[in-house]
Amino acid sequence: MKICVLVKEVPDAAVTKRIDPATGRLDRSGEKNLNPYDTHAIEAAMQLKEGGQLQVDEIVAITMGPESAVRALHKAVSLGADRSVHLTDEALAGSDVAATGYALAQTLKRENPDLVLLGQQSDDGECYTIGAVVADHLQAPSLTQVISIEVDGDVLRCERQAEYGYDTVEVELPAVISVGDAINEPRYPSLKAIMGAKKKPLETLSAADAGIDLSRVGAAGSQVECGSFKAPPAKAAGTIIEDEDTNETVEKIVAWLDERKLI
Amino acid sequence: MSRDTAKVAVRPGDFLDIDHLLSDEERDIRDTVRAFVRDRVVPHVGEWFEAGTLPVELARELGALGLLGMHLEGYGCAGASATAYGLACMELEAGDSGVRSLVSVQGSLAMYAIWRWGSEEQKRHWLPRMAAGEVIGCFGLTEPDAGSDPASMRTRARRDGSDWILHGQKMWITNGSVADVAIVWARTDEGFRGFIVPKGAKGFTTQDIHGKLSLRASITSELLLDDVRLPADAMLPEATSLRGPLSCLNEARYGIVWGAAGAARACFEAALAYAKDRVAFGRPIAATQLQQSRLAHMALEVNRATLLALHLGRLKDAGRLAPEHVSLGKLGNVNAALDVARAARQVLGANGVTLEYPVIRHMSNLESVVTYEGTADVHALVVGGALTGIDAFR
Repeated sequence: MKICVLVKEVPDAAVTKRIDPATGRLDRSGEKNLNPYDTHAIEAAMQLKEGGQLQVDEIVAITMGPESAVRALHKAVSLGADRSVHLTDEALAGSDVAATGYALAQTLKRENPDLVLLGQQSDDGECYTIGAVVADHLQAPSLTQVISIEVDGDVLRCERQAEYGYDTVEVELPAVISVGDAINEPRYPSLKAIMGAKKKPLETLSAADAGIDLSRVGAAGSQVECGSFKAPPAKAAGTIIEDEDTNETVEKIVAWLDERKLI
Repeated sequence: MSRDTAKVAVRPGDFLDIDHLLSDEERDIRDTVRAFVRDRVVPHVGEWFEAGTLPVELARELGALGLLGMHLEGYGCAGASATAYGLACMELEAGDSGVRSLVSVQGSLAMYAIWRWGSEEQKRHWLPRMAAGEVIGCFGLTEPDAGSDPASMRTRARRDGSDWILHGQKMWITNGSVADVAIVWARTDEGFRGFIVPKGAKGFTTQDIHGKLSLRASITSELLLDDVRLPADAMLPEATSLRGPLSCLNEARYGIVWGAAGAARACFEAALAYAKDRVAFGRPIAATQLQQSRLAHMALEVNRATLLALHLGRLKDAGRLAPEHVSLGKLGNVNAALDVARAARQVLGANGVTLEYPVIRHMSNLESVVTYEGTADVHALVVGGALTGIDAFR
C-alpha cells in the first residue's frame, strides 16, 4: 500500500508571525522550516511501515508551495519518506483553504494512495481544516486530531482528541487522517538520511500537470477575502501570587476564584 | 553600490548571521544534533557531571544518528564534510565537553586511526560497529611522563615470533575503562607503531582516574599493559612514526576548535537569559552598563570563535588546512571560550557556581579542553614556530 503525507513549509517557530497589511496574507519571509505537526504525520507513516501489520510499499511526501518548499520536502524525506512531489505554480499563490485542499486533492488523485496523513494544523495558518477539505474532494472518510493509530485487520482504530475527551473510531481505507502532536515522538533524522535526501526522487508538478482547474485556485479562485486587521486589545495586567506558603497560596487562589464566582 | 540594510534585524543567538553561511544540509545536520543535545543531554548532564559518569548507552544513540566517525568515508560512516562534522562538535559541546570528547575520541582518534592507518581487514572488522556505537574505542598515546612530548613515551612493543608483546602504561585516556578496543601507540625497533588492543586481552587492565573537577561527565582512565601478547594483525600496518598518532590528534583538535565555540555559546546564552531575568536595584541587571559590556564582549568572542571555526572547516573541506591553522584555532577558541565562561559565571552571581546552570560546568570542563589534545602553550609555540621559522620547543 501507499501512504501519502501532506507537508508544508512554514515560518520557523522562532520567527514572530505577522500579517502583511498590504496583502492581507501571512508574512512568510525569514527562516522557514517543515511544519512541526507534519513531522508527527511522517513518523506515524514510518511506524505503520515498520510495525509490519500493513504492507507499506511507499511513503510519498507531497507539498504545495513556492520554490523554497523543496527544503520541507528534503526534510520530510530525511525523516523517512521514500520520495516527494512538489506542486508549485504562480497561479496557486494566494489560495485559501478550500482552494489549497482542492489543489492537493488533485495532486493526490495522481498518486491514488491508500492512506493520506497530515499534521492536524499548520504552524502558520493554523486552520485545522485541510484534511477535511482534501477528504471531501477524494470522497474518503476524514478523521482529525488523531493521537493514536492501531492496525486491526483491514481497519485502522484511531483515537481522537476531542474537546470533551477521547473518541475511538474505526476507519476503513482509503482515508484521510490528520494527527496531533501527542501521537508520537518524531525520530531525529540520521546524518545519512539528511545527506541522502537530495538523492531521493522529487517530482515537480505545475497546476496543469496536476489537472488543476485554474479558476478554482489562487487569490482569484478563493472565496475568502481578507478585510482589515487590527491588533487585539491589550489585556490588563494579571495578578501574580508568590508561592511562599503553599496553604496560603491555595487559599488566595480559591478566594480569587470565589470572588469572581468561578467556583 | 551598497545595499539598503535598514531592514536587517540582528538576532542575539546569531549576531553575525553566520547561519547564512551554511548550506541547507549543514543547517539540517546542525539542527538535528542541536535537538538531540537539547532532549537527551541538557536535561541530564548536570547529574552526570555531579555523579562523575557518562551513560555508555549514549554511544549507541550517537551512533544511530550517524555522528560517530561521521566525517569518514565508507565502512558504515556517513562521509559528511569537515564543516558538518565541526557543526556537530559545536552542538555537542554546547551540551557538554564530555559528550563531545566521547565523539571526538571515537571518531577522530580511535576510528580515524584505523581508517587512516589500518589494513582493509581491520577497517572492515572494526569500523562499522564503531560507527554504530556498538563498539567503543579509546586512544592511548599520553603517558604519565609523556604528554606534550610523545616521543619520550616508554611503552614498548617487541616482536616475539610473529606476535607482538606490548608493555607500558597510558594515562588520561578518555573512555579507557568503557572501551571495547584501545588504539595503543608504542615505541618499537621499527619506529612508533599503533596497535589495536581488544578489551580482555591478557595483561591489559584499566583503572579510572578519580577526583577530577573537570570533564566529570566523561570517563578518564589509565591503561596498564603488562606484556600483552598481540597477533601480528593487531598492528596498524601503515603507521611507522609519530605522524600516525599526530594525524589523529589533528583531526580531534579540529573538532575542538568548533566545540569550544559551542561551549562559549552555551555560557553566553545562559548569561544573557539570566541578566534579562535577574532583578537588582529595581531593574534587570541586563540594564546596567557593566553587564551589557560583558554581554557584548561575550557575543563578540562567540561570534569570532564560530567564524574562525567555520573558516577552518571550509579550508579543511578544500584540502587547504595545515596543522598550524588548527593550532591557531584551538589556541584562540578555547582561550576565548574560557574568557566567556568566566565572564558568564560572574553574570550569574551565586547561581553561577551551581550545576543548575551550565556555566561553571563548561568553565571547569574548558580547563581540561585547554590542556588536552595539545596544551595552549604548545599550540602557541607551534604558531610561533610557523611565524618565525624557529622551533622553540623541540
